[in-house]
Amino acid sequence: MTTLRFDDVACVRGGRLLFEGVSLALGAREAAIVTGPNGAGKSSLLRIAAGLLEAAAGRVTRNGAAALADENAALDRELPLGSALRFWARLDGREDALPEAMAAMGLVHLAPVPVRMLSTGQRKRAALARVIASDAPVWLLDEPTNGLDSEAIGRLERACATHQAAGGIVLAATHQGLRLSKVQILPLAPTRDAGA
Amino acid sequence: MPVLSLIRRDVAQAWRAGGAMLPVMFFLLVATLFAFAVGPDAQLLARTGGGVLWMAALLAALLPVDRLIEPDRLNGVLDQLAVRGHSDESVAAAKLVAHWLSFGPTLMLSALPAAALLRIDAGTLVRIEAGLAIGSPALAALGVTVSALTAGLRGAGALGGLLMLPIAVPVLIFGAGALGDGSGSALKLLGAVSLLLVAGAPFAAGAALRAART
Repeated sequence: MTTLRFDDVACVRGGRLLFEGVSLALGAREAAIVTGPNGAGKSSLLRIAAGLLEAAAGRVTRNGAAALADENAALDRELPLGSALRFWARLDGREDALPEAMAAMGLVHLAPVPVRMLSTGQRKRAALARVIASDAPVWLLDEPTNGLDSEAIGRLERACATHQAAGGIVLAATHQGLRLSKVQILPLAPTRDAGA
Repeated sequence: MPVLSLIRRDVAQAWRAGGAMLPVMFFLLVATLFAFAVGPDAQLLARTGGGVLWMAALLAALLPVDRLIEPDRLNGVLDQLAVRGHSDESVAAAKLVAHWLSFGPTLMLSALPAAALLRIDAGTLVRIEAGLAIGSPALAALGVTVSALTAGLRGAGALGGLLMLPIAVPVLIFGAGALGDGSGSALKLLGAVSLLLVAGAPFAAGAALRAART
C-alpha cells in the first residue's frame, strides 16, 4: 500500500527555519498541492519527501519508491532527447515504458533533437516524461507547470489522473492551478524567521 | 546493472566532449616542452625524463578535476541517482572507474611517443609503463575525491590542485622511485599506495557528495 506521511515536520536551511509543524497523510490515489510564497520551502518539502534532505524535526514515512521532477532536467545536454531519456529508463529498467511516456507528454517528434536545443517548457516536459516512465508510485513534482503551455498542462493532468487511478500518489508544489482529483491543499506560511 | 550504465555514460561523455584527449595532449606537451627547455643533451634527458613523465602524468590527471562531478551535481543528475536509491559510494566508485578508463589507458599509450622524445631507454620505459598501470588508478581516485570535495565551490579548479597535489606525493615518490630501482620494491609500495587510495576514494567522495546535497 503506497503511503506518504509527514508528522510535524520542520525544515531548516542555512540556519533559517523555513517551516515547522507540517503534517500530511496521503494514501493511494490521493494527491496534495503545496502552495506558498517564494522561499516558503516548497522545494525543500519535496526534497525531504524524496529523501534528499533531512527533516530538522518530525518524521517522514514513505512507502513506495519516489520519482522527482524538479527544476533540473538532469539530461545530458549534448545527447538527443530520446537517448538522454533512455539512459534513465534503462537505469529504472523501464525502457519499454518510455515511448508511451514520451507520447503522453507530446515529445515523440523531439526525440532526435539535442537536449541543449530544447526550450524550457520542452525540457520540463522531458523531466515529467521521465517521472511517467518510472514505475515509482510516489510522484514529487516541483513547479511542474512552469514553462508549460495549456495543452501540456492538460497532458500533465491526464497523466496524473492515470497515475492516481493506478493507485499512485502525487505531491506537487505549484503556484498555478493544477487540477488533480482527491487533492488536499497544503499551504506553507512563511515563518517569522523566513520572512525576516 | 545500474553502475555499469553509469560508467558507460561517463566514458561516452568524456570521449564525446573530446575531454578525454585533453590530458593526453597536455601530457605530450609537457614532455615536449621539457625537451626544449633542457636542450638536446641526450644523457641529461634520459636521466631526468622518467621523473618528468611522472610529473606530467600527475598534472594531466589534475586537468579534468573540475568537470568530473560538478556538471552532474548542477544538472540534478546526482539528485536523480540518489532518489533512485543508488548510494553515493557506488556513484563515486562508478565515477572513479569511468575517469580511469577515459585517461589511464590513453596516458599509458602516449607515454610511448613521450619516451621517444626524451630519449628514455627501453628498460626505463617498461618501468614507467608498469608504474603508470599501477599508479594511474590512484591518480583517478584522487581526482574523483578532490572533484567531489570541491564541487560547487568557486575556483574549484585551482583549489583542486592545491588539495590533490600534496596527497599525490607518495604516488610520485614511489612511481618515480621505481625507475631507478631494479628490485621492484618501489613498485610494490606504489601498489600499496594505489590500493589504499582506490579503496578509500569511493567512501571519501561519497561522503562529500552527501554533504554537498543540501
